[in-house]
Amino acid sequence: MKELVIEALVDKLPDVLAFVDEQLEAADCPMKTQMQIDVSVEEIFVNIANYAYPDGTGNAKIQVEVAAEPFSAQITFIDSGIPYDPLAKTDPDVTLSADERQIGGLGIFMVKKSMDDVKYEFTDGQNILTLKKGVAGKW
Amino acid sequence: MEIKKTTDNGVLIAAISGRIDTTTAPTLETELNSSFDGIESLVLDFAEVNYISSAGLRVLLSAYKVMSKKGGMKLINVEEPIMEIFEVTGFNDILDIE
Repeated sequence: MKELVIEALVDKLPDVLAFVDEQLEAADCPMKTQMQIDVSVEEIFVNIANYAYPDGTGNAKIQVEVAAEPFSAQITFIDSGIPYDPLAKTDPDVTLSADERQIGGLGIFMVKKSMDDVKYEFTDGQNILTLKKGVAGKW
Repeated sequence: MEIKKTTDNGVLIAAISGRIDTTTAPTLETELNSSFDGIESLVLDFAEVNYISSAGLRVLLSAYKVMSKKGGMKLINVEEPIMEIFEVTGFNDILDIE
């Protein structure tokens, strides 16, 4: 398992993605899967950067565990900001027309759709969000 | 991310290359917003786009809303991984994708 502790700032997104991609590439992650994981990592990290620490800044801890052949990955985000369960949000209605569609609200929905498992817990003052992608039976 | 713009007879063709993410989407939005005046329709060439997150989708939706009151907006050369994101989010039904 590899771990990155980084200041929860949107500017740090390229560093976060570089760290995650390095682990994914080491496990021969298929390109399409890598993009789905990157999109999910972006949404979760940007959420933490924007909302976890309203009175200043704090850290986000990102843990990545990968396996190859068959590929699987588990990515965990930990922050000690305000308790926030992004999964509690109602999914947007993706059947509405352009005029009816709200700009925004798609991020978490994309995470739920492209990952095989997404879990949130608040433990010991920390938000812990875990993404899993890959062979379900493995977990 | 880079954007190359060419205008032909009121049609703006914007060829985008690279990643449209939280850090680059604001640039795309600014570029498009500054181009709406004086154009009739908009074509976004996605041949070289290899990544789009929800921040990019937001820019596409707001541009689409502006252009639908004019001559419209169309996406061309959308690659398969990007298309999948449009399908998951229902954007394939909203946007005019060629």
